[in-house]
Amino acid sequence: MAISFLRGSGRIISQGDRAYKIWVGSLLALIAIGLFAYSFQGRQGLIATNLRDQVSWGFYVGNFTFLVGIAAAAVMLVIPAYVYDWGPIKEVAILGELLAISAIIMCLLFVLVDMGRPDRFLHIVPFLGSPNWPMSVMAWDALVLNIYLGVNLAVVVHILYTGFYGKAYNKKIVIPLVLFSIPMAVSIHTVTAFLYNGMAARPFWNASILAPRFIVSAFCSGPAVLLILFQVLRKRTGLPIKDEAIQKVAELMAYAMFLNLFLLGAELFKEYYSATEHLLYTQYFWSGIGTHTTLVKYAWSGLAASLIAFFIFLVPKWRRNMTLLNVGCGLIYFSVYIEKGMGLVIPGMTPDTLGEIYEYKPTLVEWGVTAGIYGIGFLVFTFLVKLAVPIMSGHFSAVEAEPATSAPGELSAEAH
Amino acid sequence: MSACENSGGCGSEVVDPGRRDVLKFLAVGATMATGAACDLEGFFRKSFRELSPADVRRMTTGWERKYTRKYGKTVTVSEVGPMDGVKFGYGLDLSRCIGCRRCVYACVEENNQSRKEPQIQWIRVLEMDKAHGVDLNHSDIYYDAATVPQPGKFYMPIQCQQCDDPPCVKTCPVGATWKEKDGIVVIDYDWCIGCRCCMSACPYGARHFNWAEPSLPAQEMNPKTHVLGNRPRPKGVVEKCTFCIQRTREGLYPACVEVCPVGARKFGNLLDPESEIRQAMDTKRVFILKEDLATHPSFFYFYAT
Repeated sequence: MAISFLRGSGRIISQGDRAYKIWVGSLLALIAIGLFAYSFQGRQGLIATNLRDQVSWGFYVGNFTFLVGIAAAAVMLVIPAYVYDWGPIKEVAILGELLAISAIIMCLLFVLVDMGRPDRFLHIVPFLGSPNWPMSVMAWDALVLNIYLGVNLAVVVHILYTGFYGKAYNKKIVIPLVLFSIPMAVSIHTVTAFLYNGMAARPFWNASILAPRFIVSAFCSGPAVLLILFQVLRKRTGLPIKDEAIQKVAELMAYAMFLNLFLLGAELFKEYYSATEHLLYTQYFWSGIGTHTTLVKYAWSGLAASLIAFFIFLVPKWRRNMTLLNVGCGLIYFSVYIEKGMGLVIPGMTPDTLGEIYEYKPTLVEWGVTAGIYGIGFLVFTFLVKLAVPIMSGHFSAVEAEPATSAPGELSAEAH
Repeated sequence: MSACENSGGCGSEVVDPGRRDVLKFLAVGATMATGAACDLEGFFRKSFRELSPADVRRMTTGWERKYTRKYGKTVTVSEVGPMDGVKFGYGLDLSRCIGCRRCVYACVEENNQSRKEPQIQWIRVLEMDKAHGVDLNHSDIYYDAATVPQPGKFYMPIQCQQCDDPPCVKTCPVGATWKEKDGIVVIDYDWCIGCRCCMSACPYGARHFNWAEPSLPAQEMNPKTHVLGNRPRPKGVVEKCTFCIQRTREGLYPACVEVCPVGARKFGNLLDPESEIRQAMDTKRVFILKEDLATHPSFFYFYAT
C-alpha cells in the first residue's frame, strides 16, 4: 500500500510540463549554490559570514524569524475552515499546511547553518541531549517547532494517503490534530518572540509588545504567499478556488495590517517620546547613528510598502482588483520581511551591549547559503503541492495510478 | 568496541568513558549509514556535569596526551573543583586605571585565546569622558593605548562579571554553561552547540565566539590549563573570562590582577572578611554595572581616591 503511494508520488513529482521542469531545475541550481557556500562556511567556520562578537546574529537568524511567521500563518486559514466550518476556505486550508511544512523545514535549516557546532545538534534533543528546560527559550523553541512540523506532516500525509486510495480521511485523527495545530501555530511564533523578548540586555527586543507584533505581522505575510499561490494553482491546475475564499483571506489581512501598523506606532511613540538611552537602537534603524545608516533605506521602504498594502487591502473595490491585490501581497511580504528579519535582529544588536557600533551586512557566502535554503523550501513546497493538487481534485488516485501508460501528473491538467 | 576504535583512524580522539551503550549501538548504525562521522564518542558523550569524577579524570588525561602531542610540550589539564567557603569577587578601581591594556594582553597569553584572525580578548577597556561619567554608549574601545591616559578621559575595563543570576546560563538551550560554587561561570567547550544565545543575553559583551579555528602558536601556548578554563578551544564554540580558574583555584591571582601596573585590580574571597576584596568593599563605596538588570555581579567597581 505505502509503496504504491510512494511510487505514485514519485511519478507525479518527476513529471510535468516545460515550465515545471524549468522551475524545479532552477531550484536545484539554487540548492547547489547553497551547498557550495555551506561547504565553504563549514571549512572556514562562521568567519565566512560578517557576523562578529558585536553582532552575533544576522541574516540567518533574521530569515529564521521571518519564516516562523510564515509557518504560523497557516493557522489563519485553518481557523475559519475548521472551527467555523466555512467551506470555501476549507478546500484550500491544506495548502496552508503545506506552506507551514515547507517554512518550518527552512526555519530548522536556518538554525542549523547558524550553529557553530551543527554536529552537536543532538545535545538539544530530549533524552539524547540535555535541553535546558524550563529556563531556556531556545530549548522550548526547538521543541515547539518540531512538534508543529510533526503535526502538520501527520495531517497532510494522512489526507494525501487516504485521498490517494479514494477514501475519506479519518475525522477522528485529522480534526483533533488540526485543532491542536492552531495553538501550536500561535506558540511557535510566541516562543520565537520570547527568545528575543526575554533578553534584558537588548532593550530593542525587551518590549512586551514584541510577541503580539510577531503574531500580527505573521497574519500579514503568511496569507500574502497563499493568495498568490491560489491564483497560480487556479490557473495552472484548475483547482476550484473560489474568489470568495481569496476575498475573505484578503479582508482578514486588512485587519491584521491595521493592527500591525498600530502596534508599530505604539512602539515608536514610546521610544521617541520617552527618548531614553534605549532609543538608540530604534534610531539606528530609522535614522541611523552618525554615519552608520545601513538599515535606514530598508526601514522607510518597508514602512511605505506596509502603508500602501494596507490601503489596497482596506478598500473593497481595490482588493477585488486582482492585479492590485497581487501588488499589495508583494508589498506586505517585503515589508514584513524587513520588519521581522534584519529590521528586528540587527538593530537589537547595534550598538552592542557596550555601545560599540559594528555595521553588519551579509557576505556572499551568507547569501549563497540562504538562497540554497529557500531553494530547498520552495522545492519541498512545489513537490507537496504537485502531489496534493491532483489528489485533492480527485484526479489522481491509486486506481488511476496503476496503469503506467498514462502520466498521472498530467491528468489534472488535461482534465481542464 | 566503537566504530572509531575499530577503524583505528581516530587515535587522537579522546575516548569518553561515560558512553552510553544504547547510543553507541545507534552510533555504529549511524556511521554505517553516513560513513562520515568519525568522532562518535564525542558525538554521543555525556555533558560534563553528568560525568563522574573518575570519568572526568580519564577524559582530562586523554586531553593532556592530545595537547602534549599537538603543542610539543608537557600540557596539564586540571579538573580542580571549587573550594568550600570560597566565593570569588573582583574589584576594579576606576580612579587608578590608566587604560594601558596590559590586562587585556596578559589575559590573552594566560588563557590561550586565539591570537589573530580574529584575536579574541576577554577584557575590553572603554575610554570615556570624565564629563559624562559611566556612559557606555559614548565610549570608545579603539583608543590608542600608547598615549594614555588622555586628559579629560577615564578608562573602564569590562570583562565577565560572574553574575549571581547570569542571563547567559538561563538562556543556554543545552546547559553547556553554568555557575560553579565559587561563583565562576564556566563553559563546557565540548557541549556548546555554538547557537550564541548566551552572547545575545549577556549585558556585558563578555562572551566571545570562535568564529574561525583558533590560532594558537605552539611556542605561545600556556601548558598549565584547566578543563573548564584555558585549555585550547575548538572552532565554533563560545568562551569567556573564568577569573583564571586554573590559577585562582590554586590560590594564585588572576593574570590581569598580577599584571596591572597601577594596582587597580583587587581580587579575593568574598566570604573572608580579611580578604583584599572585602577590604576594598568595606573601606570604599562600590557600584556594579547595569544594576537595573538584576544580574547581581561578583565584579565591583569603585573609586579609591
